[in-house]
Amino acid sequence: MVDRIAQIWGTRTPYPRDGLWPVRVDQALGEGVSADDVDRWVQSACVLCSNGCACDIAVKDGAMVGIRGRAGDLVNHGRLGPKGLFASWQGVSHKDRLQRPMIRENGRLVECDWDTAMNRITERSRQLLRDRGPLSHGFYTSGQLFLEEYYALAVIGKAGIGTPHMDGNTRLCTATAAAALKETFGADGQPGSYTDIDSCDAIFLYGHNMAETQTVLWSRVLDRIAGPDRPKVVCIDPRDTEVARHADVHLAVRPGTNLALMNALVHEILAHGWVDEAYIQAHTVGFEQLKATVEPWNAEAAAAICDVPAADIRKAARIFGTSGRVLSTVLQGFYQSAQATASSCQVNNLHLLRGLLGRPGCGILQMNGQPTAQNNRECGADGDLPGFRNWENPGHVQELADLWDIDPLTIPHWAPPTHAMQIFRYAEQGSIEFLWISATNPAVSMPQLPRIREILAKPELFVVVQDLYLTETAQAADVVLPAAGWGEKTGTFTNVNRTVHLSDKAVEPPGEARSDLDIFLDYSRRMGFTTRQGEPLLAWEGPEDAFNAWRECTRGRPCDYTGISYERLRGGSGIPWPCNEENPDGRDRLYTDGIFPTDPDYCESYGHDLLTGATVGPEAFRATVPAGRAVLKTADYHPPHEEPDGEYPLRYTTGRTAYHFHTRTKTGRSRQLTQAAPRAWVELGADDAGRLGIGEGDLVRVESRRGRIEVPARISDIRAGTVFAPFHYGYWDSDGTPGEHPTAANELTLTEWDPVSKQPVFKNAAVRVEKIGDAEGPAPAPTTTASRPSAAAENQGTRRPRPTTGGGEADATEDVAATPPPRFPDAVRPGPGSDRPGGVSAGSNSAGSDQEARP
Amino acid sequence: MNLNIYLGMLHQAEKTLAESFRQVAAGHGDEPDVHFLCHTLAQQCEEHSRLLHPIVERYGEDPSDAEPERLHAEGLSSTRQGPVGLLRDLQDLYLLASLVDVTWTMVKQAGSALRDRELLEVVERCDGETSVQLRWLQTRMKQAAPQALIAAR
Repeated sequence: MVDRIAQIWGTRTPYPRDGLWPVRVDQALGEGVSADDVDRWVQSACVLCSNGCACDIAVKDGAMVGIRGRAGDLVNHGRLGPKGLFASWQGVSHKDRLQRPMIRENGRLVECDWDTAMNRITERSRQLLRDRGPLSHGFYTSGQLFLEEYYALAVIGKAGIGTPHMDGNTRLCTATAAAALKETFGADGQPGSYTDIDSCDAIFLYGHNMAETQTVLWSRVLDRIAGPDRPKVVCIDPRDTEVARHADVHLAVRPGTNLALMNALVHEILAHGWVDEAYIQAHTVGFEQLKATVEPWNAEAAAAICDVPAADIRKAARIFGTSGRVLSTVLQGFYQSAQATASSCQVNNLHLLRGLLGRPGCGILQMNGQPTAQNNRECGADGDLPGFRNWENPGHVQELADLWDIDPLTIPHWAPPTHAMQIFRYAEQGSIEFLWISATNPAVSMPQLPRIREILAKPELFVVVQDLYLTETAQAADVVLPAAGWGEKTGTFTNVNRTVHLSDKAVEPPGEARSDLDIFLDYSRRMGFTTRQGEPLLAWEGPEDAFNAWRECTRGRPCDYTGISYERLRGGSGIPWPCNEENPDGRDRLYTDGIFPTDPDYCESYGHDLLTGATVGPEAFRATVPAGRAVLKTADYHPPHEEPDGEYPLRYTTGRTAYHFHTRTKTGRSRQLTQAAPRAWVELGADDAGRLGIGEGDLVRVESRRGRIEVPARISDIRAGTVFAPFHYGYWDSDGTPGEHPTAANELTLTEWDPVSKQPVFKNAAVRVEKIGDAEGPAPAPTTTASRPSAAAENQGTRRPRPTTGGGEADATEDVAATPPPRFPDAVRPGPGSDRPGGVSAGSNSAGSDQEARP
Repeated sequence: MNLNIYLGMLHQAEKTLAESFRQVAAGHGDEPDVHFLCHTLAQQCEEHSRLLHPIVERYGEDPSDAEPERLHAEGLSSTRQGPVGLLRDLQDLYLLASLVDVTWTMVKQAGSALRDRELLEVVERCDGETSVQLRWLQTRMKQAAPQALIAAR
């Protein structure tokens, strides 16, 4: 037994470069349940981060009672993280679950039956469509639904109603990943693979605290670090994260200055000639422009802006420039900061300059924040068209119109689909009057919360909220729909490295809760949306119908699912798309031939100017980008728009802790996770704390131009001048409102977004901090993560933080090397009788399940 | 040589555009993308004036403008409100930026005929940025127009 609260990453299983990551099957069962008690195990994958760990759900007497990792899956080789172990089924099997719909009557939410709730929705919807038209409707979804659900909603929104106002909270987590891939390569689609960790000589983590955001992926890195030939590690993060502690170079940049650093890294690579000129010549365009932009950005220039030693910048550049195989991973430190897309594109550029793509160990992982964010991007329930189609390409719009049998003019394509921040702006101005929010909690997760609360409370805005629990957002709704959760419905979803998993229904949802898919299909039926032939627009009976319809939508597109079926996904490993006749077992990594999806008739985007977000347009794109070349996109550095001043002298940044996900809707219902990180805190460096007279655990007020939080202070090793707050702590478990001491990090953040990806800037604001109360003990922040107390702080007596442990309640089993490790493609080879495309023989070594398929 | 007339026009037009960008930034603070970007683009216009300076030193400029103005492009005196107001303000900026753009083009023609490499380098940098300004304005207006013209209250 291992305490997986104290040991976040579990037991080490070291392995060498180009070795196979050993299997370790992690399992946690409910109190008093033994493996013998389990009636059956139901296949699924974890939805508590973007990693996509395959798992089996233990079912006993019709209830979920435990979870274990799937040994044969290419993503996790049996492992699960603390959130998966302690908040997957525990996060949905809770007494607080919504069991019946609710409608607002005389200002209060009261329970009702489904007919009443749905009629109220369709009445308002019909009336607005009649009186004000489709532009009155907005849909705000999630990175938590299943593929089938996003696709259903995309068809409803784009073909039924015809509104461009559809986005997901993926805008907050992963929009920049998609944007950077589109700008550089012409279409979304993760170039690299997790297996690049197995083969790399160096790994660069750009604003990516992988140790806390994707704990199982970090276990893989730790196992390489513990192996005989550890890769070099470079960390760019203002905090002293676990990643930073293992780094050969830690660049603790000032928040908001990433692009200056990236320009300097590119500058150094060019200055030393660490480039593959033949690759640049054959496979890229835009080199001269890139060179001119980075020309002034030598290490000293960036060091002055970023406040890191120039020698460290040079050292990092040397590691990038001279390591044989480099893997780069990028996340919110870049995506949610100033000049997000431009900074993330520079990561792509570094790889293109050295030709480090499409080979083992040479990958780019533009990460996602959420488990199903990728599907929202693919299906077009966010600001994209389904199947990575290009809204500026009339041919692509016609393809969708043909597929759905509707008039192409119905599909809004006069401009990009409206991004989330603009949807809320239209709601604020009153031109969106119907807002349907599914599986997300903007009342805590959006920037500048005082404003968001005002918008949601507007009496003229009709708000539908579809969720598991009565979230802060649901409390402001006009209609609340109880949704079935993970394990209570069937569907598929796709992780960061394109791996598609099936999650089967294990148990019945509580009360009258229904799957999100059923709710959307019901709305479509009731609204009477039809095709040109007069058939129902969505005639699907259930998730498999939706999946099969989606397969057709992806045919011939970069995210080709045509070779994947529910049957193929059962039993073996998840399958990385594209999976089609050409790639019958899917593909581990893209762009092995250096040919990129920039053909103007095929690409998902013609690109943007990275400073302003101006669209390039089809003519200019055709004139400047030879088909198949990647584009070396760039922009010059501009300082962030809010910088510290006399009134607000500190930089403020926000983020995640290993023990919680989002607004704690699920993880806050897990005893183990809540005990590990029970309440909000703020992190300050020892010098800043000393200057402000603040000690460990003191109650402090952090104030920006937008609002304030009042939480205990943790004295940590965060860079000087910078303050960090975790974004998990809203108000559902207090009285639903900010109260006397507000705790939500987004009370302080500003309403601003990247010009290209439209991702909000959560990682940079100016604040001031003052002590308002004495400590009653140490801050409630974990000691096992980046919030670890600083050694420089003197914490005596009651202020000494106690080590974070599971206290005997967080034990999990770890079965190391239970089976040989899975490898691509054997682990995904289908057994006999499956509907493998193209009539390709399954081969003699791939009969039966993946276990039998191993060499 | 009448290039000084066009240099004077250009200098004035960039100055007017910079002021108008700032005016729109100030008037539309509730549209953060417009607000922040208009400040950035105002700086860009001022930088254009700075880069133009050595050229003006050599050829002189005729601020009085020997050709009398027939079309007045005096910039935005104030900003409007609401979604249609935003659209109109952006459209005004578009007109002002178009004037800058075409003026750069004419100056470039003269620079080419004069074989003035220094002038051509300045034009390439500045007019490239002006055309991105125009494209951004058009991108943003196209996004805003349906909502403003159909759904806005």
